[in-house]
Amino acid sequence: MRDFAYHQPATVPDAVALLGSVSESRPIAGGMTLLPTLKNRLASPSALIDLAGLPGLQSIEERSFGLAIGALARHADVARSRLVATRIPALARLAGSIGDPAVRHRGTIGGSLANNDPAADYPAAALALGARIVTNRREIPADDFFLGLFETALGPDELITGVVFPAPKRAGYAKLRNPASRYAVVGVFVAETANGIRVAMTGAGNGVVRVPEFEQALATSFAPEAVAHLRLAPDDFASDMHAEAAYRAHLASVMAARAVADALA
Amino acid sequence: MPISFTLNGRSRTADVPSSTLVSDLLRDHMNLTGTHVGCDTSQCGACVVLLDGEAVKSCTLLAPVLAGRSLTTIEGLAKGEKLHPMQEAFHTQHGLQCGFCTPGMVMTAIDLVNHNPVPTEAEIREGLEGNICRCTGYQNIVKAIQAGAAAMAASTTAAAA
Ligand SMILES: Cc1cc2nc3c(=O)[nH]c(=O)nc-3n(C[C@H](O)[C@H](O)[C@H](O)COP(=O)(O)OP(=O)(O)OC[C@H]3O[C@@H](n4cnc5c(N)ncnc54)[C@H](O)[C@@H]3O)c2cc1C
Ligand code: FES
Ligand code: FES
Repeated sequence: MRDFAYHQPATVPDAVALLGSVSESRPIAGGMTLLPTLKNRLASPSALIDLAGLPGLQSIEERSFGLAIGALARHADVARSRLVATRIPALARLAGSIGDPAVRHRGTIGGSLANNDPAADYPAAALALGARIVTNRREIPADDFFLGLFETALGPDELITGVVFPAPKRAGYAKLRNPASRYAVVGVFVAETANGIRVAMTGAGNGVVRVPEFEQALATSFAPEAVAHLRLAPDDFASDMHAEAAYRAHLASVMAARAVADALA
Repeated sequence: MPISFTLNGRSRTADVPSSTLVSDLLRDHMNLTGTHVGCDTSQCGACVVLLDGEAVKSCTLLAPVLAGRSLTTIEGLAKGEKLHPMQEAFHTQHGLQCGFCTPGMVMTAIDLVNHNPVPTEAEIREGLEGNICRCTGYQNIVKAIQAGAAAMAASTTAAAA
């Protein structure tokens, strides 16, 4: 790994100023994605801006409409939170299914959303629940935030500070875990929200997407059978060493049915 | 950069580049080679240590993060000649063959039992998601953790009595 300067700012404005002024600098939160990337030399920033010291970004708070979760809340914090288990239990279960205990002790929700890995779990929850991503300068609706493979609407010196999740009437999540990494081969999050049924799918290949076919079927009947046999076209799925497109397309219906069962449980 | 932290109960200061991984700090600078490195993808768990009591992968942790915090490695568990109850359980239950994965298994197991003193077999297997063993087939590791959990409970009861 190439050596880098290491900055530990104490406020969000300081962190943003460093990102803007120090060339080739990158924020680091839990490092569970960034450090493997640096170790493999897929990136070699000249400076890291450690977000860990930014005050207040670990909080998980109740709001009238749902939950406000700080960018630095770790997967383990969300998984163990009584508040999350009460207001959006599917989100707590999703957080508890990420990676393994050691990954969950370091990885953060802000890092996961900023990274937007096409097989990551949190993007599916954020998109299905109609979350808003809060940054140092604006709020971005999840519908406008995820722009495909590892791409987001974040600007170069923009930091996620938190995420607000409206609580759904009910929601569920199911994924087929890759046996080595635990990322989703395909994962489906279903939510019955104030704005109707929203379904988001991760692992299909090109980043998280909503699935109108499933949303329409579930609007008619919110039951596993409504989606279990509804086949999506394999053309919209990727083939790689983990799974072929036809298998992924099949998995999508299986995971959607399980997610609905999870929401009804 | 100089980094001051507590290592196995003693204050230490290390002066290393900020890009130093904690696994390298331990093995190359502190002469603590009980923490193993088995992969470069953060998946095998041989390197697990306790950071303020929580299991973390030392191969995916930068040394500056340690500042002001407390780190426990496999070398910090035994009291003199007396093994930690979880180490003892791995010994008596044959929870290892080559032993490469064992330090990470033991550290992960201690964190698991601290959160969940009487884990079920399913919870133990779930808790070991991030620890890979090429030898044992996991059966005896699970048995060792069950025995270690019981022994840890007994030793805290004994200490309280
Ligand atoms: C073995 C293993 C298994 C895993 N399994 C899963 C899994 O099953 N499901 C899953 O979803 N993920 C999985 N992950 C990834 C994990 O969830 C990471 O924690 C997450 O993707 C990144 O979070 P982080 O806090 O570690 O971010 P970092 O690695 O620190 O950063 C990731 C990226 O986001 C940027 N960034 C971080 N925080 C912010 C912020 N607040 N604002 C703007 N940019 C920011 C960084 O610059 C970097 O580009 C796994 C990782 C490992 C190592
Ligand atoms: S060496 Fe750390 S996870 Fe493999
Ligand atoms: S005992 Fe050999 S890897 Fe586990």
